[in-house]
Amino acid sequence: MAGQRLVNSIEKGIVIDHIQAGMGIKLFRYLNLDKAGFTVVMIMNAASKRMGRKDIIKIQDITDLDYTVIGLIDHRATISVIDGGKIIAKKPLTLPSTVQNVLYCKNPRCVTATEKQMPHIFRLQNAGERIYKCAYCEEYVNGFEL
Amino acid sequence: MKSLINTLDFSVKEQDELLALANRMAASPKDYNELLKGRIMASLFFEPSTRTRLSFESAMLRLGGRVIGFSDGSLSSTAKGESLSDTIRMVSHYADCIVIRHSKEGAAQVAQTHASVPVINAGDGGREHPTQTLTDLMTILKVKNRLDNLTVGCVGDLKFGRTVHSLVKNIGRYPGVRFLFVSPGELRIPAFLRTYLDELRIPYEESSHMEAALGLMDVLYMTRVQRERFFNEEEYIRLKDMFILNSQKLENAGKELAILHPLPRVNEIAYDVDDDPRAVYFDQAGYGVFARMALLAWLLDGKELG
Repeated sequence: MAGQRLVNSIEKGIVIDHIQAGMGIKLFRYLNLDKAGFTVVMIMNAASKRMGRKDIIKIQDITDLDYTVIGLIDHRATISVIDGGKIIAKKPLTLPSTVQNVLYCKNPRCVTATEKQMPHIFRLQNAGERIYKCAYCEEYVNGFEL
Repeated sequence: MKSLINTLDFSVKEQDELLALANRMAASPKDYNELLKGRIMASLFFEPSTRTRLSFESAMLRLGGRVIGFSDGSLSSTAKGESLSDTIRMVSHYADCIVIRHSKEGAAQVAQTHASVPVINAGDGGREHPTQTLTDLMTILKVKNRLDNLTVGCVGDLKFGRTVHSLVKNIGRYPGVRFLFVSPGELRIPAFLRTYLDELRIPYEESSHMEAALGLMDVLYMTRVQRERFFNEEEYIRLKDMFILNSQKLENAGKELAILHPLPRVNEIAYDVDDDPRAVYFDQAGYGVFARMALLAWLLDGKELG
């Protein structure tokens, strides 16, 4: 319940709730929040009636974050935009059309296997099955493998 | 700035114009022998090649241009640990276009990202070989007088065979084309190609019986099982002799069949097939010069189409 109180206490910002316990830190990193110049709180293993345990990320004063990657990392998470202490919008989660350095190509014949400085870029091939395709070698990767 | 990285980079209309130019060049190559005078082509072959490299060099020389480059990656600074992207950035200052052959899939795309001149993919690992496809299409057009309404059979290594991947994606754009894929189960066409064909509803069948399929084909595209694509030598040895075309098997084939092969062959086409009038693979290798001349002219001059 401590997590729920924290969500309610936000005046303005974004709350990413119902993150699968243990995935919060991964999400934190993919959203580049470790480099953020604004206030960010991450709560791990908060009690949840629905999930047992969950992670929560609270971002203070920022509402225009690019959170499309969340749909790939944890599609059960919820995103609420808070203003004036109230939820003013719930953002639907969709799979990002392109991800960079989120999925990694394991094909030993792919150019990224030797060109280490190249970003690993994947494009969504099949949303229903969460299949992504390497932009270089066209190898398929299932987003669930993340 | 136009490059040729993927076989679908040119529209069907552009490609038809390019092939028409290649035919004009084949008919009268001397008319074009100063078209690229003063221009330089960098030929970066990180992986061995005979036909592709020599035909590119011949094409550039026939157009009046010059060639720099290497034919062995171990002789370049890559051997010292230089990245491909650094090599490409540098060569962009030395040449007006870059032709690259590399063992890694997607290498040509990386080159294009870092180049300031047109890049031509001369084969990237097991993925694509778009200029071979231009050669193949020119050959089919010469022999069949059309690129549509054809049953194209592809036999051999369809998993790592980049020439097959590019040809299938490309000629599949023409109406009425269907494919018969014949390969061992381990070397069937990759998932991305099946998805491509399924999405565009291009009909194809897969089998592992060459003789039964031969009679149904207008074009037979034979390929070599490539030792260099296998990490496991035993696997290569087990699969390399599964499909061998000989004159006896050709008795089941149609009289108008066109037999193509990107070459080199090892033993997948017996020598007794060479004299069969349906075998066009050596003519095909010759057309490669004109297809590449047309491509270079278009990328570097751009005025000769239409």
